[in-house]
Amino acid sequence: MDFNDSQQEAAFRKEARDFLEANAEKRSIISDKPNDKSPQIAVAGAPETVKGGKEAAQEALERAKVWQKKKAEAGFAAILWPKEFGGYGGSPIQQVIYSQEEHDYLVPSGYFEIGIGMLGPTMMVWGKDEDKKRYLPKMITGEEIWCQLFSEPSAGSDLAGIKMKAEKDGDEWVLNGQKVWTSGAHFADYGMIVARSDPSALKHKGLTYFYLDMKTPGIEIRPIKQISGTSNFNEVFFNDVRIPDSQRLGGEGEGWKVALTTLMNERLAVGDPPGLDFDQIFEATKELEVEDGLAIKNSEVRQKMADWYVQSRGLQYTKFRSITALSKGQTPGPELSISKLVTASKMQDVSAYALELMDSSGMVHHDQNPVLKNLFQNGYFFSAAMRIAGGTDEVLRNIIAERVLGLPQDERADKKVPFNELPSGKN
Amino acid sequence: MNFDFSDDQKLLRDQARKFLFDKCDRKSVRSILDNDQLHYHKELWLQISEMGWTGTAIPEEYGGLGLGMLELCVIAEELGRSLAPTPFSSSIYLFAEFIKNYGSEDQKKKFLPLIASGEKIGTFALSETNGTPKPSNIKTKFSSGKINGYKSPVSDGESADYLIIAANSDDKGNRNSLSLYIVDLNENGVNKTSLETIDPTRPACSINFENVEAELIGEQGMAWDMTENILNRAAVLYSFEQVGGAQVSLDEAKKYSMERFAFGRQIGSFQALKHKMADMYVKIELARSNAYYGAWALSTDSNELPVAAAGARVSASDAFNYAAKENIQIHGGVGFTWDYDCHLFYRRSKLLSLNIGSTRQWKENLISNLEKRNIV
Repeated sequence: MDFNDSQQEAAFRKEARDFLEANAEKRSIISDKPNDKSPQIAVAGAPETVKGGKEAAQEALERAKVWQKKKAEAGFAAILWPKEFGGYGGSPIQQVIYSQEEHDYLVPSGYFEIGIGMLGPTMMVWGKDEDKKRYLPKMITGEEIWCQLFSEPSAGSDLAGIKMKAEKDGDEWVLNGQKVWTSGAHFADYGMIVARSDPSALKHKGLTYFYLDMKTPGIEIRPIKQISGTSNFNEVFFNDVRIPDSQRLGGEGEGWKVALTTLMNERLAVGDPPGLDFDQIFEATKELEVEDGLAIKNSEVRQKMADWYVQSRGLQYTKFRSITALSKGQTPGPELSISKLVTASKMQDVSAYALELMDSSGMVHHDQNPVLKNLFQNGYFFSAAMRIAGGTDEVLRNIIAERVLGLPQDERADKKVPFNELPSGKN
Repeated sequence: MNFDFSDDQKLLRDQARKFLFDKCDRKSVRSILDNDQLHYHKELWLQISEMGWTGTAIPEEYGGLGLGMLELCVIAEELGRSLAPTPFSSSIYLFAEFIKNYGSEDQKKKFLPLIASGEKIGTFALSETNGTPKPSNIKTKFSSGKINGYKSPVSDGESADYLIIAANSDDKGNRNSLSLYIVDLNENGVNKTSLETIDPTRPACSINFENVEAELIGEQGMAWDMTENILNRAAVLYSFEQVGGAQVSLDEAKKYSMERFAFGRQIGSFQALKHKMADMYVKIELARSNAYYGAWALSTDSNELPVAAAGARVSASDAFNYAAKENIQIHGGVGFTWDYDCHLFYRRSKLLSLNIGSTRQWKENLISNLEKRNIV
């Protein structure tokens, strides 16, 4: 057992580190920028709303694009993509190494991941050659940003239950309905969408998949204000949005298959976004005073800290196991399926407990908050979303139970019934 | 990065698993559970000794196989899976490690071959009263070459021939008063009293010492430091036993939930049970990964060992305790019958999580070692 890179891995790591050192700023455990609203916590596809309204958001976007262009020129923007589309033609282990290195730097994130990680690979599988040539290179450089229009008000965990209507009219399709939880719709140039083209077919059979220009007439985007006060997601309304049939990916009625390609390509979780974790609360307990002195000297605190430490490091070492498989050119086992399930709840517990330790000052969530810069207040809200976004805790447990452990699927009422005969609730 | 066992080590694991599947079935485990007079499975002990497992990490010059600690981790996991009713942990993880790490050349020559061959069994005695052992509650005394005092509980004490014992070498009653001694338990003045345990397949006794001859091992006054180090080493090995036991608890819960029907369907199709088993899986994978890190630290003599061992221990105790109790829950009524095997794991899980210090004690160790390390 060792944690050493192979010679090639070490060379690649040096390349990545050199690039980052020359072009980005190092990250600290707790942000030292006094008024930041959790800039250190970012999740793929959900860039934190930048304080200062639209202008500041626009500036942040421009900064991100500048960064992405540099990263693309250096070859690190799409390490797994083939060279012909502007990628690095690299291996999963190289992607992991780059992510590990980038983790230590404050770089913009949340703008390009969905495109490069999920939508680009979908186009590679299902798109026509001219589409690939036209769209993929600009996805990497950040010149064009893409969003994913999947979830709907009545279709979250049960994604195939979408109702967005796609009706064929000559060489065109007409889209009507609503999407929701669309990260980045407000700054995306293009989107990929799955819609119901045949409501009388079975649920998974009547879907068709398209890509579209987000400026197509009839699209209206409204931000959703979250409990954190920020808006990372949008509702997107479609009113007689007409798109040409040439923008269909996959066959009519094959939309679910195409959507699965997108979902299968979820970014390697190995290079996690930096989160609120053991290290942050450990630092905090060295500063905060409780009734009998420094929090870290209190035995109840120490017991809880130990639990979070073994969860945190347990996940890190689990990643090491997966990385080992990648490094040997093998497919990792299913062990990383536990990652988000553990991370999100841990973040929520850690945040809530840190607020407890602050006692009544824990309730302060003011811009000028001197206590640990709102880190845990922000985490308290952010973590509640994290337990739901990208698969709820409950869905993740089902996935582990069914796909990893091989337990029987739940009985399902929707398997043999045409979609338009299925019972549906309020939505 | 190579954070995995080697192919040879995996082969050893497969062989050990197959061997124990044949030779250490539940009937063998129950033969010790159901008989007050038997303290361990002698035939199994003989067989695993013949295969050399007892000498896995003992150098060849002292009669062992001369393999490393990683190989011992692999075997520990399998012993944990099979609930092997043997004094392996006491004799190999503790006694042999004390001799190997702190014994004089003469002591190594004298004891290690007997332990490696399985001919003799050793164990370790620290605790004397209820609660967490600490220097101030160790009263056993060494003077003029003799031990006087009392130790309880002593794991595998009744099977053991030799004992490493912590005793005061002066009257100051502090940490540096304590030294370690080797005692031959077949000497005069040793008086053992059987103690029932929550897992009778892992028995214990109390021992009274009256003018029992003993020899110093390691440096005088260094008992506490040596003990901490050996318990750290043992904690990694225990964590592999615990991961093994936890995995089988999950496997058996899963199997039962797929065979048992209620309300017209397999109970394993109910989300309430699936989520429980998913949670078992999560805890087990975290524990396995923490145990791997412990194994790495152990096998490389890293100064990370105190943190890595405590992390492995805390995580593994959590996983096995959870998996064993929820395995009973998933079995429903039959889960708490003597006939079903769930209680074997429930017993073993709790015993293992107490045997070399409780989970809360190891959590405390973990945080204090993190503070010492001062970098996280």
